[in-house]
Amino acid sequence: MEEILRIEHLQKRFDDFTVLEDISLSVKKGEVVVILGPSGCGKSTLLRCINGLESIDEGKVLLEGETVNPGHVNVPARKKIGMVFQSYELFPHKTILENVILAPLRVQKRSKAEATEEALSLLERVGLAVRKDSYPRQLSGGQKQRVAIVRALMMHPEILLFDEVTAALDPEMVREVLDVILDLAKQKATMLIVTHELSFAKAIADRILFLDDGAIVEDSDPKSFFETPKTQRAQSFLRTFEF
Amino acid sequence: MNAEIISSYLPLYGKAFLLTVQIGWIGIALAFLIGVICAFILFFRIPVAEKLVKCYVELFRNTPLLVQLFFIYYGLPAIGIKVGAKVCGAVGLGLLGGSYMTESIRSGLEAVPVIQTESARSLGLNARQLFIAIILPQAFTISVPGIIANVIFLLKETSVFSAISLMDLMFTAKDLIGLYYNTTESLFLLVVFYILMLLPVSIAGSFLEKKTRFKMFGD
Repeated sequence: MEEILRIEHLQKRFDDFTVLEDISLSVKKGEVVVILGPSGCGKSTLLRCINGLESIDEGKVLLEGETVNPGHVNVPARKKIGMVFQSYELFPHKTILENVILAPLRVQKRSKAEATEEALSLLERVGLAVRKDSYPRQLSGGQKQRVAIVRALMMHPEILLFDEVTAALDPEMVREVLDVILDLAKQKATMLIVTHELSFAKAIADRILFLDDGAIVEDSDPKSFFETPKTQRAQSFLRTFEF
Repeated sequence: MNAEIISSYLPLYGKAFLLTVQIGWIGIALAFLIGVICAFILFFRIPVAEKLVKCYVELFRNTPLLVQLFFIYYGLPAIGIKVGAKVCGAVGLGLLGGSYMTESIRSGLEAVPVIQTESARSLGLNARQLFIAIILPQAFTISVPGIIANVIFLLKETSVFSAISLMDLMFTAKDLIGLYYNTTESLFLLVVFYILMLLPVSIAGSFLEKKTRFKMFGD
């Protein structure tokens, strides 16, 4: 399968503190990569570096061979990367439909009729077409997160980044969001998922990356990661989830 | 209170009312314009200009309008610039109000969470689209209550115009009291006309506030 994302020797520091140390990674088209690791290990920072929300100090991020030029300036390759945040980040002053078609209209210059049609069919798929004229504040957390996923999908990204998208949700709403992501996996979407939902990770991942102290310490298939983790650190991490 | 006196004073108050409203609103429009420009300068951290704006805000927020008006009205002619009382009133109010508006608008702009910006950037919006479609509308909603409070405050501040011999409401009332000693009637009319000037603004302001708040925060 062809490679879509390539990270070479990425290093990220915040002042004197090294958050990510020499990360190299290659992701193939259609691959679902789940990133696990203890809090503060750099999982979220890695995702933010991939779409240029954080600048990087060393190394390269390449999307289909094109450099995702880091920093706070506008990144052209970013249009091919969709990101879903823990706190949804819908635009509170716009309706659900407006949220979803904003970027297609402004960034991709698509026609309103065409964008609306696609938006409604995607919203329908996540069961929210009826809420198209509501404002974000009128929706539950789970609903908002489903809209945020639709909003990212509208840009037809080559790769989707999920940053702990269920961490802020009530337990009974986690499922509805994870189902949408599972559905995307079935359609062979390329995804990088940071999560703390281990059983979800097991079910969806083609590949698990285990990060600790800013480095990838394990990179394996889910079965071997969960059943026979190689490193001491991964073993003790998995043990914290047992009761 | 004598109704006859009141009705005979009405035309004088009417004239003063129009003058006060006129200069007041010109001053407020000026204040808003200054506020928007200065707030943008602060928000985008434009070098040098940022420092100047900060000095301006501190200077005008921390001195009374009366003192500012004296400076403009008596000070400028001393260095050869002649300004009429009306222009002086409007400019003085505009400069004072501008410093307040700057702070209200800036705090609105800065209250939009950074992650909203990141969310918009991750969708590919460029800096201009981000500012116009995401930051400005949210910042406006947050700033509205402060802006309305400033408008009401500035309209009331017009009462010091009398000090530079503008025949505003306060001037008229003082003048009539001095001439005819009908203090009760004169003050009664003064209150009535101030309320007439401010109540509609207050009501319209609450309406605007409700309307803008609804989308983002609910009722």
